[in-house]
Amino acid sequence: MRTDLDPRGAEATALDPMAVASYAVRRLKGETDDTFTLELQPVDGAARFSFAPGQFNMLYVFGVGEIPISISSDPLKPKTLWHTTREVGTVTRAMRQLKPGAVLGVRGPFGTHWPVDECEAKDVVIVAGGIGLAPLRPALYRILAQRDRYGRVVLLYGARTPADILYRSELERWRARFDLEVYATVDRAMSGWRGNVGVVTGLIGRAPFDALNTVALVCGPEVMMRFTVQELQRRGVRAQAIHLSMERNMKCAVGFCGHCQFGPWFVCKDGPVFRLDRLREWLGKWEV
Amino acid sequence: MKTIADLVAESAFFRELAPPYQQILAGCGRNVVFKTGAFVFREGDESREFYLLRAGKVAIEVDVPGRGAMIIQTLGEGDVLSWSWMVPPYKKRFDARAVELTRAIAFDGACIGKKCEADAKLGYEFFRRFTVVIAERLAATRLQLLDLYADRP
Ligand SMILES: Cc1cc2nc3c(=O)[nH]c(=O)nc-3n(C[C@H](O)[C@H](O)[C@H](O)COP(=O)(O)OP(=O)(O)OC[C@H]3O[C@@H](n4cnc5c(N)ncnc54)[C@H](O)[C@@H]3O)c2cc1C
Ligand code: FES
Repeated sequence: MRTDLDPRGAEATALDPMAVASYAVRRLKGETDDTFTLELQPVDGAARFSFAPGQFNMLYVFGVGEIPISISSDPLKPKTLWHTTREVGTVTRAMRQLKPGAVLGVRGPFGTHWPVDECEAKDVVIVAGGIGLAPLRPALYRILAQRDRYGRVVLLYGARTPADILYRSELERWRARFDLEVYATVDRAMSGWRGNVGVVTGLIGRAPFDALNTVALVCGPEVMMRFTVQELQRRGVRAQAIHLSMERNMKCAVGFCGHCQFGPWFVCKDGPVFRLDRLREWLGKWEV
Repeated sequence: MKTIADLVAESAFFRELAPPYQQILAGCGRNVVFKTGAFVFREGDESREFYLLRAGKVAIEVDVPGRGAMIIQTLGEGDVLSWSWMVPPYKKRFDARAVELTRAIAFDGACIGKKCEADAKLGYEFFRRFTVVIAERLAATRLQLLDLYADRP
């Protein structure tokens, strides 16, 4: 069912997928040592950018290259677009050098989305690792905007060290809410850190949710997702209720070029969000 | 006030153990409290006890020369802390420090050992539970070693 708060449904995709729109950098916010968020606004000023949580855009740094980056902003505030990016190579490095006012090409939104509507009346467990929190943030914004429609909402987040925790002040605000359970953990920390140390999968066993009435949304490095799935299933969450966001290298983002092939799927249009039972055959050694 | 036997019976670790066995093991336990910042034990200490954490949080730390103390793992409510009392050289291998006010049951390893020797079934049930904890910790440590978030998102 579409609602007032649901800007676009499953069909949310670019009208002309090859058209590049010009967006200006409004702000570049450093998140961690190697991660930053770009706030973008359409150069023509008027356009709204509607998307569904979990979708991505192709961002084009003129003269350098084009890469897929998930949308990490609030789908209910479609006038600005946020993209949280980790600097790993040529394009992401160039992106980090952009100054306010610089113009970037945007194609999108592309791909499937988190099944936020399907989560209604159920407990929702969001498991994120590292930068994997970025594509999940819009889902959480959506859920919190209609909080009474959901059961318990739990966010489990794992990062490398305390300095690598993404959206830290927002996580702290979320943790202070009475209607959201937030547990964060890091893989290593120096003495004096008062939070948890240990892998994010270790949080699943004791998180407060009813496994038989839960939808799980998972995003992070593939190995982390593999072990997360095992723990969720050990708790009794069914494969049909587990959704993962997969990553493959991309070029066209519209199912033409085959760059992002994953088994019979193209991650750019059949994904990036997949239901676990549909992937089962292709996950091989995941043993799900 | 709850007795040690009550606390043992309620704990996830011992919950499914037969009540008479819970009673026997409770006889080897005592209540302990650690203030924030206090050491539960230090690396190199003789290892005579293990702990079942009831509340609070404990950091397992190791001193890295030139970098200071690093936390390898934190444990909380329901977790078992320390198994060096079972294996030679019976010394604590890490520091364990209460990150918050922590309440626990400390079990006397020699006492438990005697009870397990006297009743092989109890010994099997007890060590089976400990093996699960050790296997889970090892799996988690392997994942940590992979340094998952270092290169790829
Ligand atoms: C659907 C989708 C959504 C994505 N969302 C985000 C997001 O929200 N934020 C974000 O930071 N990234 C995201 N990525 C990953 C991002 O697209 C890549 O990090 C980016 O393409 C790297 O481009 P580059 O030119 O900077 O690096 P390159 O110069 O292409 O590569 C430099 C180095 O980084 C490695 N590398 C390449 N791709 C990746 C990758 N995916 N992850 C890690 N290392 C890589 C290469 O092996 C190489 O060693 C997403 C990818 C997909 C498919
Ligand atoms: S990126 Fe071209 S088919 Fe997916």
